[in-house]
Amino acid sequence: MEHQSHDILIVGGGGAGLRAAIAIGEENPNLSVAVVSKIYPMRSHTVSAEGGAAAVIKPNDSLEDHCYDTISGSDWLADQDAVELFVNEAPAEMVQLEHWGCPWSREPDGSVAVRPFGGMKIERTWFAADKTGFHMLHSLFQTALKFNNVTRYDEWFATKLLVHDGRCQGVAALELRTGQIRAIAGKGTILCTGGAGRIFPFTTNAAVKTGDGMALAYRAGVPLKDMEFVQYHPTGLPGTGILITEASRGEGGILINSQGYRYLQDYDLGEPLDVNDPSHPRKRTMELGPRDRLSQAFVQERKKGETIEGPYGDYVHLDVRHMGEKKIDKKIPFVRELCRNYVGIDPVHELIPVRPVVHYVMGGVHTNIEGETPLPGLFAAGECACVSINGANRLGSNSLTELLVFGARAARAAVRFGAQAADIAVEEITALAEQEQQRIRERFFQPQGGTETIAGLRTELTSTMESGAGIYRSEESLRASCDKIRELKQRSGQIELADHSLTFNTELTTALELEYMLDVAEALVHSALARTESRGSHQRTDYPERDDQQFLKHSLAFQSDGDPRIEYLDVAITRWPPGERVYGSK
Amino acid sequence: MAASESAQSAATITLEVFRYRPGQDDEPTFQRYDVPYQEDWVVLDALNHVKDHIDGTLTYRWSCRMGVCGSCGMMVNGDPKLTCAAFLRDYYPDAIRIEPLNYFPVIRDLVINMDDFLDKMSEVKTWLIPKEEKPVSEGEYLQTPAELAHYKQFSMCINCMLCYAACPVYGQHPNFIGPAAIALAQRYNLDSRDGAADDRADAIFSHEGIWECTFVGDCTRVCPKKVDPAGAIQQAKVEATKDWFRSVLVPWGNK
Repeated sequence: MEHQSHDILIVGGGGAGLRAAIAIGEENPNLSVAVVSKIYPMRSHTVSAEGGAAAVIKPNDSLEDHCYDTISGSDWLADQDAVELFVNEAPAEMVQLEHWGCPWSREPDGSVAVRPFGGMKIERTWFAADKTGFHMLHSLFQTALKFNNVTRYDEWFATKLLVHDGRCQGVAALELRTGQIRAIAGKGTILCTGGAGRIFPFTTNAAVKTGDGMALAYRAGVPLKDMEFVQYHPTGLPGTGILITEASRGEGGILINSQGYRYLQDYDLGEPLDVNDPSHPRKRTMELGPRDRLSQAFVQERKKGETIEGPYGDYVHLDVRHMGEKKIDKKIPFVRELCRNYVGIDPVHELIPVRPVVHYVMGGVHTNIEGETPLPGLFAAGECACVSINGANRLGSNSLTELLVFGARAARAAVRFGAQAADIAVEEITALAEQEQQRIRERFFQPQGGTETIAGLRTELTSTMESGAGIYRSEESLRASCDKIRELKQRSGQIELADHSLTFNTELTTALELEYMLDVAEALVHSALARTESRGSHQRTDYPERDDQQFLKHSLAFQSDGDPRIEYLDVAITRWPPGERVYGSK
Repeated sequence: MAASESAQSAATITLEVFRYRPGQDDEPTFQRYDVPYQEDWVVLDALNHVKDHIDGTLTYRWSCRMGVCGSCGMMVNGDPKLTCAAFLRDYYPDAIRIEPLNYFPVIRDLVINMDDFLDKMSEVKTWLIPKEEKPVSEGEYLQTPAELAHYKQFSMCINCMLCYAACPVYGQHPNFIGPAAIALAQRYNLDSRDGAADDRADAIFSHEGIWECTFVGDCTRVCPKKVDPAGAIQQAKVEATKDWFRSVLVPWGNK
């Protein structure tokens, strides 16, 4: 079998992966870097991020405030050393991206403009209208093109980490065009594969967000950290789940129930100001509260019967009409385009129907602040990783910055590791890739008379995730999901493919993705079951209080023969002792 | 509102889909699929229905389903479209013919090979080459909203390839740098921070094609993001002509 060898191997070509590639391209032009991505890098889901990226740059802001907002937003589950480092490195990373051409929106004097975002005390979110992720991703991709030492493996699907001698030495990957599996070797391997929103039925996430990197690491014995924390974004379009950015509230949009009432005032989020009041929207208040609290408020409103029934479930309204056409077209033009195309309404004149939608997985591959996982040679960054700076609830606009800061850090750590690592055991890892090829051929290309379908199992999976591990969970609902996922994993062995072609076999990759999703879902529901408290996005109806005594800890889910083993790790607390999360006060 | 109550209707719509499986088909064929007609479905939803419930071998690319990742461009009734933004209701009750994008080699079914475009991006250097280097520690380059507006439109390209599939010149001269890559080159040429327009012009004009572009403007018509690549091509040509006049008529005045 052929193999390709590189110094550093990056799996995933979204924001984190490209930032990592450029970091190595710039600093170590003699190193060979591979970017292995199942889609063309500029298709990656970073492209869909809308509102912006947080970093302290204005004189009225402070690093201290960004730290506090992030830590209180996380319900004190973020590691404070990681947050501090993140906040300190964020401004330089954002300026660096500006130097690479990112078309940030500007103030009249030519400096970068910032906007307010939920849970932030001060406006510190850099934005490129409401296509921030799109512009960041394309700026990174286009910048990466100039480095001759970066080799892209576009449309190569990673199926397994190649671990030999206790160390990760590369991946086995399927070249979609030829159907061949190859060993791609690297002294350091960085997972940058993004989130796993597709394990839920209603998500803002793109089709590709199936938790691949999380599952790859989990299977290799690396724990997944804090997987029970899943962010529901309060404003998705019913039916499609398409995101309506938080920037629409940062720019003054309000949420109203079926009575036209600004219901958030009933949920400890402060008093509403009139939309024409110059102080509206007030930071860390009402519509600019954190996402977990806003999504939970929706469920309570639904219980009261104050939401609106629709063909795709209940919803409330987001009202941006008072912003006027000019401001809407300048600040949130994509919101208008999406509403016109996918709902058939014009938000300049009409209310936008919205409901909470799965948006982000706070948990992920366990790493330290250098992006190192416990498996030597394996690193992770971006949404697939959990450092953790996000804890139990991520603040909007921290994730785009996170993929820059930790993409670059993981790259540097991987380079340091590679410099002192022994040579790749080429023969051994090629043999592992051959076994992987054999496994996939036998499993999927030989008729076995199986009766299960990919779509059928996927629907059962997503439905049990919503019913068992949604915005509110209980022991009963989680146990049912644990049982269901165990059953689905077993039944997935009975999937029969209709497509036995070696050329661009997307039925095969969809089946492999479903297996990844099942592993990620397993870690998630078992971590949620074990955490008998409520914190941030993890709300247990049977344990409604936060329990710092027992659970000021990260959970670590290890795959085992039966159910995953759950262990705990203390949260790093430095300068901000756990306190109450207060929103809505001045 | 488009999300209608027709969700449960029993109506169907027919897709006529281009099929080509290398190693299996000697030449392309069309396959018909009847799928449920839902007023708020896009063509991509119908393809996903086929893939999930009728024929798992049908092959196409998609990801974001919200018109920004650029994966799902196909010919829909002969017109290049993002299938995530082409609604069944605009074709119903007629059948919809779905083919891979024009002028690209087909890998399989609706999947095209677009390596050529990525090579062209590198060739025209679609990255910022600063007029003056500035360390990160000195902060951002200043750029006024007016300077941003100067190139912003050309930065909206999602690389979906619809403009190439609409471009008769690209169809005849595959070496033509083409609408999207020229728009992206122009995006950097017009950026107040950039200083490498001359380098990019050399790459654009060293290939055949650009002078054959007669401003038919089909690229601009089909662009889902209103990038106006035809405008970018015209700007590039005008600049090149000015440079030529300058170099021939006043050779001492240029550089």
